[in-house]
Amino acid sequence: MSLADRSTFKRRLDSLGVTVSEGPARACAELVADAAGDPAVGVSLAREDDESEPAASLPDRVDTDPTTADLRAAHTGVTGASLGIAEYGSVAIEADRAGTEPVSLFVDRHVVVLREADLVPDMPDAFAWLGPRARDESVDVVFATGPSATADMGGLVHGAHGPKEVHVVLLRDDRDADGRDRETDGDATAGSEATDDE
Amino acid sequence: MSSDAEATGRTENTDRTGKADRIRELMATEGDAVAENTRGFNEGRYESTGRLDDYEALKSEARDIKEDAIARLPELIERVTETVEANGGTVYLADDAADANRYVTELAAEERDADRLIKSKSMTSEEIEVNEALEAEGVEVVETDLGEWVLQLADEAPSHIVAPAIHKSREAIAELFAERFDPDDPPETAEELTMFARERLGELVEDADVGMTGANFIAADSGTMLLVTSEGNARKTVTATDTHVAVAGVEKLVPTVEDFAPFVELIGRSGTGQDVTSYISTLTPPVDSPVPDFERDADPLADGSGDDRDFHLVLIDNGRLAMREDEELKETLYCIRCSACSNACGNFQSVGGHAFGGETYSGGIATGWEAGIEGLDVAAEFNDLCTGCSRCVPACPVEIDIPWINTVVRDRVNRGDVDPGQTDWLFEELVPDEEPAGLDLSTRLVGNYETLAKWGSRTAPVANRLANVGPLRAVAERVAGIDRRRELPGFASEPLVDWFEARGGAAVSPADATREAVLYPDTATNYADVDRGKAAVRALEALGVHVRIPDLPGSGRPPLSQGMVSTAKAAAEDAYGGLAPHVDAGRDVVVIEPSDLAMFRSEYEKFLPERSAARLADASYDVMEYVFGLLENGGDPAGLRAPAAGTGPVASGTRIAYHPHCQARTIGVGEHATAVMERLGYDVRVSDTECCGMAGSFGYKTDYYELSMDVGEPLREQFGETDRTVVAAGTSCTEQLDALLGSAPMHPIELIAPRE
Repeated sequence: MSLADRSTFKRRLDSLGVTVSEGPARACAELVADAAGDPAVGVSLAREDDESEPAASLPDRVDTDPTTADLRAAHTGVTGASLGIAEYGSVAIEADRAGTEPVSLFVDRHVVVLREADLVPDMPDAFAWLGPRARDESVDVVFATGPSATADMGGLVHGAHGPKEVHVVLLRDDRDADGRDRETDGDATAGSEATDDE
Repeated sequence: MSSDAEATGRTENTDRTGKADRIRELMATEGDAVAENTRGFNEGRYESTGRLDDYEALKSEARDIKEDAIARLPELIERVTETVEANGGTVYLADDAADANRYVTELAAEERDADRLIKSKSMTSEEIEVNEALEAEGVEVVETDLGEWVLQLADEAPSHIVAPAIHKSREAIAELFAERFDPDDPPETAEELTMFARERLGELVEDADVGMTGANFIAADSGTMLLVTSEGNARKTVTATDTHVAVAGVEKLVPTVEDFAPFVELIGRSGTGQDVTSYISTLTPPVDSPVPDFERDADPLADGSGDDRDFHLVLIDNGRLAMREDEELKETLYCIRCSACSNACGNFQSVGGHAFGGETYSGGIATGWEAGIEGLDVAAEFNDLCTGCSRCVPACPVEIDIPWINTVVRDRVNRGDVDPGQTDWLFEELVPDEEPAGLDLSTRLVGNYETLAKWGSRTAPVANRLANVGPLRAVAERVAGIDRRRELPGFASEPLVDWFEARGGAAVSPADATREAVLYPDTATNYADVDRGKAAVRALEALGVHVRIPDLPGSGRPPLSQGMVSTAKAAAEDAYGGLAPHVDAGRDVVVIEPSDLAMFRSEYEKFLPERSAARLADASYDVMEYVFGLLENGGDPAGLRAPAAGTGPVASGTRIAYHPHCQARTIGVGEHATAVMERLGYDVRVSDTECCGMAGSFGYKTDYYELSMDVGEPLREQFGETDRTVVAAGTSCTEQLDALLGSAPMHPIELIAPRE
């Protein structure tokens, strides 16, 4: 991930009508709280496979173990994305056992949390990432770019079946190569120390 | 499907009047909505592909992947069967539509005892007509793509492979909803209509039993399928049901997941002008998502129910494996169904897919699909509507030569479906072709235009006077289908070749010349529009070129345009035979008529040995391209006519309106005229219309006269009121612009050539 990718990504999101907020991982809950409507359901952001990453949590009001009724009633769905594609402003939503796909789909607003470190420059990078995971783990991934859209009814309308609005929370990698905290800027408001998962 | 057929006009094998009436009706009812949408998509394509740094390289990459995949298709089918089954899914290879439908209905109606099946958009499912098969077994089918749903409610067929309800206006949809649902507060705006549909369909999705999707691509190495969508209905179709059936033609297979990348970058840009659509689903089913249980909705969503999902991949042959063995139709299998060829097509923009007919596919590449899947008789119904303008060729993301497929099908139709009752003997002398007896007369007259022109020139001015006499025009219309509203081009009594010889040949001797060129006496220039030939001689000589105009045969363009492939091939061999000694002597071949240059530069690769075609292609130039090259290499523009130098009836003001010829643009020589005119100081406005609509003989035919004029309408809008001097290079563009604007444009070479 380079700075160029981040600015390309943000510019593309902007042109798609997707709003963005940024901060360190420890500010995640606050950034999500600002972006999520009510009621909100979500999928926990904890990653089983990577203990080296700083924790990113969700605010309490986001129900991370919803029933189908909760999902149906929800205004906002909050999920993680496993990859971002800078050149297209796309995020990779995994159709996993935790319900990331329905939570991101059966709602009016999708708030998607992406780690800056998971941003790749372009489409071929995304499929180079997907290939081994599809072959070895049979993953199911939806590359989502902007809100659901249709032009079938005589004009462009957002929210045909899927979300009408999308917001991306971009979590900056605020540690250097040794895992220590970098100096953080003014956005970092939540917590004074980053902690690893568990 | 009988009601569909009535609604869409798919059935007819109509006579001439019927066809013209049908086109007129569609232009009136659906033309405006289709034109607005397709032209919007087409402009979007230019913008979106223009943002790619490596567009041409991506297209070639995509093409290579498809060529490789189709070559290895049996192996890929075997591989995907292994991978999908290893993932826990099932693969069924269906021989034909009936076989596929039997499998799907048994699964849905019997095994699953399904009440309702929800579908995302799939042209392949339209092809096999699976909805009808399911409904016959008592399974309700709901189309969830908004456009498809509208058509399902209206009982109509898609008119466009990507935007199926493109022919319906917002008002028509509002009327349909009001009529079908009688809502208290009828939705009217696009937003209201969409939300109304979202709500209705949302309810139908919740208690659906089976979900059916198509697939845009399938990777054999992992069993991953890719779906290109925008609304999110395919995501819901898969997520909300525990049984997923994907129907896909076998040609959708590619070797690996990594192969998806170029197609994802190209498909949205090529089709609707979107860099990428909202959702690219890459599923390796059965998917892991839990199945939301909307009936017992107090249970947790993430309940592990994804583990019980069932997946069936129904791969459909239905003629495709035979197409793979057909050297000419095989290319069709590379098609990714993006719709670029339809959107770029002037005729499609005016009438839409319903006029193009076809059982399932309509417009552009559809001829190949319908010929391969349904047969020649179906393809024959609308094959005429391809005029060979070739604007779809650079638009195709997998570089398919779509006009060639149309030509091949036309040739097969010509040979297979002839009417022995035709009175060919009357015209034997005028139609000395290599085609079967009984071939439709209008086809043969156009195909033998060179002979006709020779005869016209020999007998001019009598022929010219007779040609436009009322009673004779009525006969021409009845017997040969030539519309009497068209003015027929007149013939010159002294052909260009004779004029050049009479003037004593070249004015610049080889010793004094910078280059030597053969000015190819194309049929139109030689026998009809001799003035532009003379102008070309003056311009080239002013730039120090030694010019020769040998008597050479026609290029074969007219017979090719009529699908008379053997006749065109024989013409290509003759023309090459005449030109080869000149090419051997190091002479350039300069061509005035763009459609003939396109033969030399592009089409001859189908007719000549590879080396011969390449030699001629490399040696031949459009006349304006040649002038451009001479100027670039130090030629003195002072010898040419700059804006201030001209007065009198041949307007030569500074301000020019230029319509580049369709085929010239495709082979990359449409813009040289602009560059030359601008270099000389002209202010040039270039039209952005893909094709003028005349397209050789197309606009002369009674069936298509009105369509042809409608296709030219954007040109009239752009240039109709202009005070600019209109120039155009193609003979047929000239005739069409004359009809549209009320005065004949000149060739750009006539504008810039020094006066006689």
